[in-house]
Amino acid sequence: MLTTATPIEKPLNASRSAGAAALAPVRSDDVLVDVRHVSKKFCRDLKRSLWYGIQDVLTEMNPWQKATASNKDGALPNENDLRPSEFWAVHDVSFQLRRGECLGLIGHNGAGKTTLLKILNGLIKPDSGSITMRGRVGALIALGAGFNPILTGRENIYINAAILGLSKKEIDAQLDSIIDFAEIREFIDSPVQTYSSGMQVRLGFAVATAMKPDVLILDEVLAVGDAAFRAKCFKRIGSIARDCAIIFVSHDQSQMARICTHAMLMAAGRSLYHGSTTEAIDRYNTLQAAKSSTQCTLQTHDAIQSVTFDESSAQMKVQAGSSLVIKLRVKSEQCLPVGIAFINFIDLAGTTSGQADFSARLDVIPEGSSELSLTIDRVDLAQGIYSLNLAIFASNKQETLVHAVGYAQVTVEGAPYMWCAYKMPVREIETTTAA
Amino acid sequence: MELCERTYSPEPLLGSPMKLIQALGADLMAGRELAWRLFMRDLSAQYRQTYFGFVWAFLPPLVASLTFIFLNSQGIIAIDTGTVPYAAFAMMGTLLWQGFVDAITAPVQTLSAAKPMLSKINFPREAILLAGFYMVLFNFAVRMVLLVGVMLWWQVPVGLGLAFFPVALAGLLLTGTAIGLALAPIGTLYGDVSKSIPIFAQFLMLLTPVVYPARTEGLAGWLATWNPISPLIVTARETLSGQDLTLLLPFTIITVASLIVAFGGLIAFRLAMPHLIARMGG
Repeated sequence: MLTTATPIEKPLNASRSAGAAALAPVRSDDVLVDVRHVSKKFCRDLKRSLWYGIQDVLTEMNPWQKATASNKDGALPNENDLRPSEFWAVHDVSFQLRRGECLGLIGHNGAGKTTLLKILNGLIKPDSGSITMRGRVGALIALGAGFNPILTGRENIYINAAILGLSKKEIDAQLDSIIDFAEIREFIDSPVQTYSSGMQVRLGFAVATAMKPDVLILDEVLAVGDAAFRAKCFKRIGSIARDCAIIFVSHDQSQMARICTHAMLMAAGRSLYHGSTTEAIDRYNTLQAAKSSTQCTLQTHDAIQSVTFDESSAQMKVQAGSSLVIKLRVKSEQCLPVGIAFINFIDLAGTTSGQADFSARLDVIPEGSSELSLTIDRVDLAQGIYSLNLAIFASNKQETLVHAVGYAQVTVEGAPYMWCAYKMPVREIETTTAA
Repeated sequence: MELCERTYSPEPLLGSPMKLIQALGADLMAGRELAWRLFMRDLSAQYRQTYFGFVWAFLPPLVASLTFIFLNSQGIIAIDTGTVPYAAFAMMGTLLWQGFVDAITAPVQTLSAAKPMLSKINFPREAILLAGFYMVLFNFAVRMVLLVGVMLWWQVPVGLGLAFFPVALAGLLLTGTAIGLALAPIGTLYGDVSKSIPIFAQFLMLLTPVVYPARTEGLAGWLATWNPISPLIVTARETLSGQDLTLLLPFTIITVASLIVAFGGLIAFRLAMPHLIARMGG
């Protein structure tokens, strides 16, 4: 990345001359998004940020302003360019996107994804590097931004579409299909403030995708809305994906694995990895796991003296669909009758993705020291990293006997497109009691 | 099909001024329809949650002029306004003044209201300014009804000068808009601007021959000549009340100057916008 002075050829011209035939469809190797060494700095401190804003505006208006070293296209930003309290929100990010490609952006909150999208959409100016966007850009950074709550859905369609750059003619021609897609025909003449949030999302998505963009920017917009509508949205995204370049941000990894042709992992504004989607997701999960492994807690009944997990259970790797054994040692002062026993699989987002129920297979925690070996026949989970949550409650279902959160972690491999919350079949528990 | 191409880089836009002006023109054209829609949206939203509706448009100048009408009628202050009855004179002044202040306030106010949109959507942002200007015109038109009533009631003599009133009004509102545009970049970042406008406006009103005729002597006389807003207000009122236009030359100079400032303000707005949005967050 340090050889910055090399001029980059223009593949666009080459492809144009190759596909010179009139009316030929646009070549799929057209570069629609060309991002070169883009950086943007932000300021942590609000008061300072405003003051820097004034400075930037004044610099911008100075006609004798000289492009500083970092301003020049391709020059790497260096730490000296940062003023006090500033940091790189986006740091030296480069990629190209052709028609038919879909780039997934993945990273923690605050990794710079949305900032990058805002620069791509021309909302904010990069501090160094350059971006070239070709064709019509549709951006869904916030659905329904610009909806006025007092006006009707129909009025808002016209306003929102005008904001997105559609002419009145185009809107008139598409009005019906927009309303149908959003499934709000009977509400179209009611004020938008009477709409549910799902309805507003549907309307926003319908308007934004009606413009047939060459470049589509999607920022976590499909996190809301019901499953049926999401399915519809993905159908539409899938159907326009061939004809446009998509930049996609989502926390749903299976969606991303399916839609994106490649992905970029971002952290602290930098691109840590750019390549295959599954690899990017794996690396992201590893990053996440390192962060979340610190959150462990163990609650036990007073009679239980100690609970230790077998070392082999702390970090486990398993192929999706194969079996898994979790071993732990319990030392108890008395025999405790068990009512409920289960293991929950928590994904990195904190959602319970699967459960293995051992309630019918575990009657008591015996007196003395015992080793429990819990076997799950088939781990039917999407690939990813899961934290295990073991809970054993007394026969009255209220008293906690053992509740261990985050002591064991399992990495599931080999099922990138799967997503389910599943009751997994389990086997008898083998209990061996020591004297 | 040739694809339009847009490049974003830190390169100063002022480096290629022709391109900048072309883009400004294109966005103004593209933004006209949007501006109208935004204006209609704001209009239908503005007075919907009020009981007195449009009364709020002319209440501020009405109250301001009533203060002085009272003071004058009681002889606490004695202002000689010649052939025009004082009440009508003060009303005309304050109504015109309110239009001017509205024009100053509009850019900062509309930009602040549009922040959520600005930080998330790329669209011809000039449309927001235009919509704000439409609103200023509309509110002035509402007040014109009051103004006509006042003039009929006190039988203000009307002359040929009335034909010149639209020009005078345009000069007044243009100057207000130019000041507003010049304040907009700072005003979008710092709330201090929008807080200080009403305070300074009140003080400035007393330094301008709004509720009293322009003097020729002393500090007030100096102000009447050199306060750039004086010729605007005085000329606009003179066209209304059929008087000779005494300050036509300064009026012309100031209007032309405002035209230049307003154009510069539009360019500055365009240059500043990406930096302002970066600081808006959201």
